[in-house]
Amino acid sequence: MNEMHQLNRNGVVIDDTFAEAFGMRATAIIITAPTLKWARQAAITMTGYATSVIGCGCEAAIDRDLPASKTPDGRPGCRVMIFAMGTDELQKQLKNRLGQCVLTSPGSACFADLEGTAPLDLGNALRYFGDGWQISKKFGGKHYWRVPVMDGEFLCEATTGLTKLAVGGGNLLLLAADNAKALRAAERAVAAIEKVPGAIMPFPGGVVRSGSKVGGKYKGMMASTNDAFAPTLRGLVNSALTPEVNAVLEIVIDGENNDAVTAAMRAGLKAVIELGPKRGAVRISAGNYGGKLGKFHYHLKDLLP
Amino acid sequence: MKALTFSLLAEPEERLDLSALTPAGLAGLTDVQIAKLRIGTTRDPALVGDMFKVTGKDAQSIVFEGGSARFDKVGTGLSGGAIRVTGDVGLEAGRKMSGGSLLIDGSAGNHAGSGMVDGRLEIKGNAGDYLGGPLAGEITGMEGGLLIVRGKAGNYAGERLRRGIIAILKGCGDYAGYRMIAGSIVVAGRVGAMPGYLMKRGSLFLDRRPENLAPTFVDCGETDIAFSGVFDQFLIQEKIMDKPLLGTTPGKFGGDVAVSGKGEILFRRGR
Repeated sequence: MNEMHQLNRNGVVIDDTFAEAFGMRATAIIITAPTLKWARQAAITMTGYATSVIGCGCEAAIDRDLPASKTPDGRPGCRVMIFAMGTDELQKQLKNRLGQCVLTSPGSACFADLEGTAPLDLGNALRYFGDGWQISKKFGGKHYWRVPVMDGEFLCEATTGLTKLAVGGGNLLLLAADNAKALRAAERAVAAIEKVPGAIMPFPGGVVRSGSKVGGKYKGMMASTNDAFAPTLRGLVNSALTPEVNAVLEIVIDGENNDAVTAAMRAGLKAVIELGPKRGAVRISAGNYGGKLGKFHYHLKDLLP
Repeated sequence: MKALTFSLLAEPEERLDLSALTPAGLAGLTDVQIAKLRIGTTRDPALVGDMFKVTGKDAQSIVFEGGSARFDKVGTGLSGGAIRVTGDVGLEAGRKMSGGSLLIDGSAGNHAGSGMVDGRLEIKGNAGDYLGGPLAGEITGMEGGLLIVRGKAGNYAGERLRRGIIAILKGCGDYAGYRMIAGSIVVAGRVGAMPGYLMKRGSLFLDRRPENLAPTFVDCGETDIAFSGVFDQFLIQEKIMDKPLLGTTPGKFGGDVAVSGKGEILFRRGR
């Protein structure tokens, strides 16, 4: 453990370790509505139950809000990113979530916001809802579908782009003296990472309290509790926690590419370090699997402010 | 390299068929070969050298200096590169274009953009009848691309339009969008009688409420749709319009119910 505790910034100990992340498939869309409230509502509904590919099929969240001047239809909106392990699953999740959560939301419209290597269907998958009254429009190098609905029309671009350069699983473990301090540190990190374009934090409010390890004692469990970081098991298992740590929260980051995850990790670290150990985390660590499973390694010492 | 420039020597005494004078048609030809190309349409046809002084080398960029209403078939089958005419043209300008850009600084005759598939055709003056329309015996008119008329267009603009956008900025004659199959026609300014008559699908976008509609169009009321904002932005970005055409809540007529009834006329309300 002593080797791990070499780094210190503003009184916060930084483990000499790394976050291990994986290559993923991802896409991005812009959802607009008459007001930001309703654009966000569609986006929040669409990205609900999308915390982890383990149980949800995809990971998704709002990347950022967009003012009316930055959207294709001049209405307020937000950019949503969706990540999955394979193209087929990504397409399936995108279609279902768009159809059930965005098409249904008052005043919504949906546009592509990623130029990728291959197209993923948006409106192409939903146009049949129009029952023959859907209208195809191509102009300015783009293809739109207009589907009549009860409050007017659902306008949806035909396709969006797929990127194979996405990275999922960047993470920070925030170790604190108590729950309140761990949560304060996590909220600071989330607020800082939210400002980084192209990176999302798919867990509730951006924070995970049930970090996991691979596998478990029960057959069929792909993941089980991260006992090394569970404070109530200190002494019973090979714990990674020192006596002053009584709560750990994790921030998980998915990014459009390596640069986005790097920038997000950097922003999160900076925010938690600035908060300091008295009000926030006493120590920052990261989760990895020994470096053999994931292609992307984010060494904390390289990302410090 | 200077644009390959055809400077008109005198007003032609016969109609000229200029369909051979495109970037693809002239690629690799020498000055002498170009000068010997036949462009006249009478029994004693004029050659390029009789009608034009030819200068410049870059066949990807062709300029006709001085135009004439007898310049027929300018830019026929244009597939890439650019052609500009600093004057009027005659019949069938840009017919069957599949790419590139054709800019006419003057006015065009009938059937401009007929059967166009892709590319950009811009007419700064007026256009004749059957803008983008089919020739006799053809099933469809324009099938893609962008056709802009800064002045007025005649009757039957966008007849049998199947795909693409036609924008007319100072009004048009009767039967705009006659029997159109799909695609979009934008008209700013006064529209003549019976716009969209027998249209199956597709859209007419107008800057004012249409008068003299066929009785087989149905008033669908006021719409509140995101599409009009996106399309208005496109028109402004392409420098087709300098202000929104439709606005946020355009009115809509559906029709022509004499055929499938799945077409639409969207228009700016309050004008």
